[in-house]
Parts: sequence; C-alpha cells; structure tokens
Amino acid sequence: MSEVLNVISWLSLAIGGIFCVIGAIGLLRMPDFFTRMHAASVIETLGAGLILFGLIIQAGWTLIAVKLVMLFLLIFFASPTASHALARAALAKGMKPLLKDEERA
Amino acid sequence: MFAAAALGLMVSLALTLVRAVLGPTVFDRAQAANTIGTIAMLLLAVMGFLNGRPEFLDLAIVYGLLNVIGTIAVLKYFRRGDLGDSGDTK
Repeated sequence: MSEVLNVISWLSLAIGGIFCVIGAIGLLRMPDFFTRMHAASVIETLGAGLILFGLIIQAGWTLIAVKLVMLFLLIFFASPTASHALARAALAKGMKPLLKDEERA
Repeated sequence: MFAAAALGLMVSLALTLVRAVLGPTVFDRAQAANTIGTIAMLLLAVMGFLNGRPEFLDLAIVYGLLNVIGTIAVLKYFRRGDLGDSGDTK
C-alpha cells in the first residue's frame, strides 16, 4: 500500500472519530429533543462515513471492502428512516420543537 | 490509528449512554439507543481491524439490521400503543 493511501486512511479515521465525539457531545448538550436528533445525525453521516471510508482504504480490493460498503449502505439508508420515524412519533405524541423565545428546557 | 478511532468511538458511546440514562422523554432514550447501535456497529468494524480479524464485519452488519428493526418497533409501540396496529389513520 502506498504511503499516500495510508495517510488518507489515517486522516479519515481520525476525523471520523472526532466527528463522532462532536455528535455525542451535541447529543448530550443540546436543549431539546429535535435539536438532539440533529446532533445525532452527525454521527450517522460524517462520523460513520469517514470511519468506514478509512477502513475501506485499509482493506483494499477484497471481500472485506465489499462488506464495509454494505455496512455503509445500511447506515446510509436505515438511519434516516429511523430518524424520520422518530420525529414523526414524537410529533404525533405532541412534543413541540423548542422555539427561539421560549425558556430553555 | 485504529486505536484512536476506537477511543473516539468509545468516548462517544459513553456520552450517548449518559443521554440514554438522563433523557427526559422516551423518545430521547429511543434516539440514544439508535445512536448507540450505530456507534457499536462502527466499533465492531474498527475492533476487527485492530485485532487483525476483519471477520467481525458480519457481526456488525447483523447488529445494524437488528438495530433498525428494534428502533422502529419501539417507536411504533410508543406511537400506536400496539405493535399489531395496521397504521391506518381514520
């Protein structure tokens, strides 16, 4: 494996890990359910995408890379579906998004 | 570098777990459980590479499929009050 690919893969892994931590901090610190949902989507898009991209580069052209692509597609299609169901269920149960003028919960 | 990614994933797993314990409503807990599932999938993949045994990826795929089904089942139960509800709105 060339050094350039190695460096790209390491950078993707590190930045993906940083994005995961940022998303988790947002999930912990945001004031409201809907804003927390927004923070959690950072983990599912950039965090997962960059980490899986780094792993795919490390795997090379093997069956493992195919499995990683399947994992990426699973996250790519399934987590927006789950987020949509979550938001609809919360709205149907009468949770209101926090607006600008209201008090922080 | 796999270890750094695994460390970041574990830190975010811990923070998400705190939200799952604190979460004021059940939807916060469902969101946190879904996020924990996603992070666990990534952690399984990274740990497989870290130990030099990437066969763990099969476990990650199965875990992800179960995670989605579980989250949607929980949400359906809390929205409709019944898992067998047809979903028709009258």
